[in-house]
Amino acid sequence: MTTPAIPEGVKRCSTRKFAIWLAVVGAVLLWGVYAMFLVWYKGLNQTGMNDAYGFALWIWADLAVIALGGGAFFSGFLTYIIGKKELKNVINYAVIIGFICYSSALLILALDIGQPLRGWFIFWHANVHSMLTEVAFCLSCYFGVLTIEFIPVVLENPKLDRIPFLHHLSHNLHEVMAVFAATGVFLSFFHQGSLGGVAGVLYGRPFAFREGLLIWPWTFFLFTWSAAAVGPCFTVMVTWLTEKVTRKKLVKQEIFQLLGKISGWMLLTYMIAKIADTLYWAVVTAPSKGFALMDFYSNNPVYGIWILIAELVVCGLVPAFILISRKGRENNTMLITAMILAVIGVCINRWVMVLQVMAAPLLPFQEWYMYMPTWQEVATTILPVAYGIILISLAHRYLPVFPQEKELNPGN
Amino acid sequence: MFPFIFEWAWDISHLVFMGALWYALSIIGAGLTYCIIKSLYDTATQEGGDNAHH
Repeated sequence: MTTPAIPEGVKRCSTRKFAIWLAVVGAVLLWGVYAMFLVWYKGLNQTGMNDAYGFALWIWADLAVIALGGGAFFSGFLTYIIGKKELKNVINYAVIIGFICYSSALLILALDIGQPLRGWFIFWHANVHSMLTEVAFCLSCYFGVLTIEFIPVVLENPKLDRIPFLHHLSHNLHEVMAVFAATGVFLSFFHQGSLGGVAGVLYGRPFAFREGLLIWPWTFFLFTWSAAAVGPCFTVMVTWLTEKVTRKKLVKQEIFQLLGKISGWMLLTYMIAKIADTLYWAVVTAPSKGFALMDFYSNNPVYGIWILIAELVVCGLVPAFILISRKGRENNTMLITAMILAVIGVCINRWVMVLQVMAAPLLPFQEWYMYMPTWQEVATTILPVAYGIILISLAHRYLPVFPQEKELNPGN
Repeated sequence: MFPFIFEWAWDISHLVFMGALWYALSIIGAGLTYCIIKSLYDTATQEGGDNAHH
């Protein structure tokens, strides 16, 4: 169907069908909202966390969505600063995905701090020696940048575009978008890095502790690099999923392949650095603290050496080699599989850097601490997924997100 | 965050950390202000032109 609010030249499903779709996803969203209010009303006793396990499922979700949302800053960097103009066909969607990821991260943090009414303390009474303060500042500012980048996409809705001021605002925001994109790159570099830095500076946790450069542990650079490598993979993955759901081609295959090639080389260089870091940590850093490598991967029901192999080989080197090879990129199944593996790989990395760090024993008489999230934690972690699906559905229906859609679907 | 908050100290950590924050916020604020003012100007001049035309 077409209505004045739907972009010109594209067809969308009926309002009834769309409403049913929203209702189904909305039910999941409401489940998450209920759990969210339980946490705010009753407190953090609704979670499986305790004094020994202060970072858990939420922080993993936070780190994972921030890494996956890195597609927005890196695509913006490639489009507006490096000048890869062909990426303009996917930059709108990258921004929307980034917006969803970062707003979700802020929502999760609002839950995790326990008393959201005191959330502003981190800004007002800033501890300038804390990597988390840097994360809070850069995250909030970058969310502001993403909102500014998202506004012109919203203003391109046919109905809004008829209002002269909004039409000009959209145009003028586009004109100076490179400035915002550059600011976004600056902010992203630091908050992605500082999230890694938080783990790397934990000298009391030998599983996470890393040496580094000046005040920055190697994990600072590894986190930024991995987010830049895998963010575009997530953008392509979500675009591909959207194509499957809508049964339409939305972006030309060459764009997927270009992003795949860039991600592939980024991922390969990241994996070389990550493997070097892991080797140095296993051979020098951990033994200097009295630990052998296998101390971190044995005597517990979950964390075997398999997780290291899964992260570095199956979800690291394998997708990297697929993506850098022309044959791998030209085969769509291989391309998407590699991107899904890369996304899983970065999620595993964030998982071990949050949860395995907390689980591993520190002293010879200690046991592994295994944590089980409560349903409230699970529901509030699924909440951003439902919220993301709803926002993407609305954006796809009412905004001209994909400039190539009309050309690629002439029959519609 | 501000020099008038009690824990503020005029040391290099505060200057670098807060300097970077305010630098980023200034760029975002200036960019946004420019766009809004330019859009208001464009709207006013275009409407003026349209009215004159009619």
